[in-house]
Amino acid sequence: MPAPEPILRLRGITKRFGALVANDGISLDLAAGEVLALLGENGAGKSTLVSILFGHYVADAGSIEVFDRPLPPGQPRAALAAGIGMVHQHFTLADNLSVLDNVMLGTEPLWQPFSRRAAARERLLAAARDFGLAVDPQARIGELSVGERQRVEILKALARGARILILDEPTAVLTPQESESLFATLAQMVARGLGVIFISHKLDEVLRVSDRIAVLRGGRLVAELPARGARKEDLAEAMVGRAVAPAVRRGAADTGPAPPPLCELRGATLRGGGARPLLDGVSLALRAGEVVAVAGVAGNGQAALAEVLCGERALDAGQLQLDGRPLPAQPGAVVRAGVARIPEDRHAVGVVGDLPLWENAVLERYATPAFARLGFVRRGAARAHAQALVQRFDVRGTESGGLDTLTRGLSGGNMQKLILGRALTPGPGEAPPRLIVANQPTWGLDVGAVAYVHQQLLDACAAGAAVLLISEDLDEIFALADRVAVMHQGHLTEARPRAQWTLASIGLAMAGGADDGAGERPGAGPSSPSDPADHAAGPAGGSPHAA
Amino acid sequence: MRLERRASVPRALLLAAPLAAVVFTLLVSSALVAWAGAPVGRAYALLLEGGFGSRFALTETLTRATPLILTGLAAAVAFRARLFNIGAEGQLYAGALAAVAVGGLHGGTGLEWPPALLFPLMIAAAMAAGALLLLGPALLKARLGVDEVVTTLLLNFIVLLGVSALLDGPMKDPTAMGWPQSVALQDALQLDKLIERSRVHTGLLVALALAVALRVLMQRSTTGFEIRAVGSGARAAAFAGMPVRWVAVKVALLSGALAGLAGAVEVAGRASYVTLDMSPGYGYSGIVIAMLAMLNPLGVVAGAVFVAGILVGADSMSRAVNVPTYIADVIVAVALVSMLVATMLTQYRVRRG
Repeated sequence: MPAPEPILRLRGITKRFGALVANDGISLDLAAGEVLALLGENGAGKSTLVSILFGHYVADAGSIEVFDRPLPPGQPRAALAAGIGMVHQHFTLADNLSVLDNVMLGTEPLWQPFSRRAAARERLLAAARDFGLAVDPQARIGELSVGERQRVEILKALARGARILILDEPTAVLTPQESESLFATLAQMVARGLGVIFISHKLDEVLRVSDRIAVLRGGRLVAELPARGARKEDLAEAMVGRAVAPAVRRGAADTGPAPPPLCELRGATLRGGGARPLLDGVSLALRAGEVVAVAGVAGNGQAALAEVLCGERALDAGQLQLDGRPLPAQPGAVVRAGVARIPEDRHAVGVVGDLPLWENAVLERYATPAFARLGFVRRGAARAHAQALVQRFDVRGTESGGLDTLTRGLSGGNMQKLILGRALTPGPGEAPPRLIVANQPTWGLDVGAVAYVHQQLLDACAAGAAVLLISEDLDEIFALADRVAVMHQGHLTEARPRAQWTLASIGLAMAGGADDGAGERPGAGPSSPSDPADHAAGPAGGSPHAA
Repeated sequence: MRLERRASVPRALLLAAPLAAVVFTLLVSSALVAWAGAPVGRAYALLLEGGFGSRFALTETLTRATPLILTGLAAAVAFRARLFNIGAEGQLYAGALAAVAVGGLHGGTGLEWPPALLFPLMIAAAMAAGALLLLGPALLKARLGVDEVVTTLLLNFIVLLGVSALLDGPMKDPTAMGWPQSVALQDALQLDKLIERSRVHTGLLVALALAVALRVLMQRSTTGFEIRAVGSGARAAAFAGMPVRWVAVKVALLSGALAGLAGAVEVAGRASYVTLDMSPGYGYSGIVIAMLAMLNPLGVVAGAVFVAGILVGADSMSRAVNVPTYIADVIVAVALVSMLVATMLTQYRVRRG
């Protein structure tokens, strides 16, 4: 239902960073009462475009009009005054202040002797009432859930009188249920005549919430179409620039008797500094040839679980065994035992950015006889290993520098391919890895790289490795996992077959509700007729993942 | 104006950065020279001549460069691992004192061992003294996160006061007519002269050899790999299985030993006894040299010769045109600051808007 009168006009926006053209002559309109989805891979120019709109960057060329008035470039204050509000992916809230304080922050002039809290409170409550966003103005941000914090971010923009709201990857941190309530809020805002720009790379939710879709690729606007009738395959192709084959599962999961577990955690407990333990009696068995996924909202102990399995931290109580033998809490020993590890933070933990690619390729095995002799690195062997890895895992970005390219110069996808290759490629004379621990392996990657990473994990699994996938992306989990366990506040549910979970039951478990709520309809697909959030689910047994 | 990180750093830029920093430094310093009332062109000509222009100037510069190479290497290897050792000055004095303690003429004779045994013992003692002095701060950093800049810097003052106490006490030379200086080193332990009729001694060869050895160690050995990886990405190095704390200990021992060796070489090659003004800030200048060299051990040699030439040249310039010798300290200090800026500009590019 595009309204005729645009409230926001972008004309010919161009922005260069050095040789890179981040935005190339982009023209877009936004009407009152419509949701415009901005779709694109990482690096397609979405963030640059909204940063220009919000005044963080100045465009090299082009103009912006808001409500028929030109917007002065490079002034966030002017953008706010013109009625543009932005909800960042990473919230900009002060944890130790109340909701009201956060909403008022920066709205009052410094020379005003007393702050007008009563009036601000009134504005906040009015906005909350109008848009159905229940919130307690006195609550401290630190005590709120992620979904509530996002609500505060939205209210902050609305209370300042935003008429155009930009949401940057708003569902990345939410449970399915929280996403649903966000979509309901969006509908209310649109009904009241606001314009919404919804930035995402998730096709299903874009199709679901938006009226129009603009696809960016390589800084250009490559497609602009109504959401009604748009097909996922076409959008994916427009985003990537070529058809993307989804990761293919190997033949049907073997139905024979379950082999003994390769890796087992029993009563694993890890006390952090906080009030509750990071891991609280976690038990999990991983078998060769299967993918087990751990779902959960960020910050519920997944990082600690990964650190334990990667040998970075020792358990305070409980056992970790590989092949029936205890696994020492030393990264080197864990690698030698045949564990391939893919860390969550590829920039800070996965690679040493200032070292060349070839040194990063042997970072885990630099001291083994294959790559070291008498205390010296066998550069020939190491470089040959790196070269093989670059070829096999299709690491790009080494055209000018070759193996001496500094690793921080690689794109996220190529960096992840390097880490994946390093983890999965055994050193000369070693056996391939038997256990793969992948923590958020596709976070922030583009569609093509996601499919590649998925395929590599599935191939390694088909070759007989056990795979533990820790992910916050339910699409990914339903696409790859044989069994799924859910983590909440350091507790891990039993790992049940994927078919026994529904999107609703998984969301409930992610929020800490009813551990045993799943499994009521064994054999049912992850979707059910009563489940409005069918966007992440597909037919039972099939792969619901399109891209 | 904004700074954008470069995806890759061109090699030419890495070479141009120190040169640009030096040129900028001389420009800034020329303002001070002019302020002191001296003709700028002539002052710089005199400085150059005094540092490099004659046989005497060159040999003096090389004599000064010898300890500077060693302290420069000490700083370079530590900084590469992000262990910010500001304590080379104290480690140098500790090494010098240990050398004299082993090889000095205590009570007129000292230890009457064969020099072939005593000399290595003296060197080992000096290196151990410097290494142990840095080990404490390194362990405090690795275990408790105590800032090593503070601890190593403050240790310098403690060591210097300790040296002062020893020079007036047990190590005092009774024949020095009340001057606070240590007993002299045994003659047999003194380093040979490298160049006739000059003060250049064989310590220079040791320093040059160590520069080459460190370059090989850093680039080719597994230890060097560990040091570089821990220095530029400690979390990633730990994740990959590198022994991060043990690397920190190794680096501390190496860096402290180099600075301690600088002290022993100064005593055995030039001074033959320890005084409180034995080092005109060699430990601190080593930091500047390491930065000028962008932590490259071979670059340290060039940086040390440059700084030594400035120090020597400023002496003769000040006599001729009456600019205070402090201009040398100013030049070295400005060189550090401009080198830091130049290094940053190799990593980033400046853009408008």
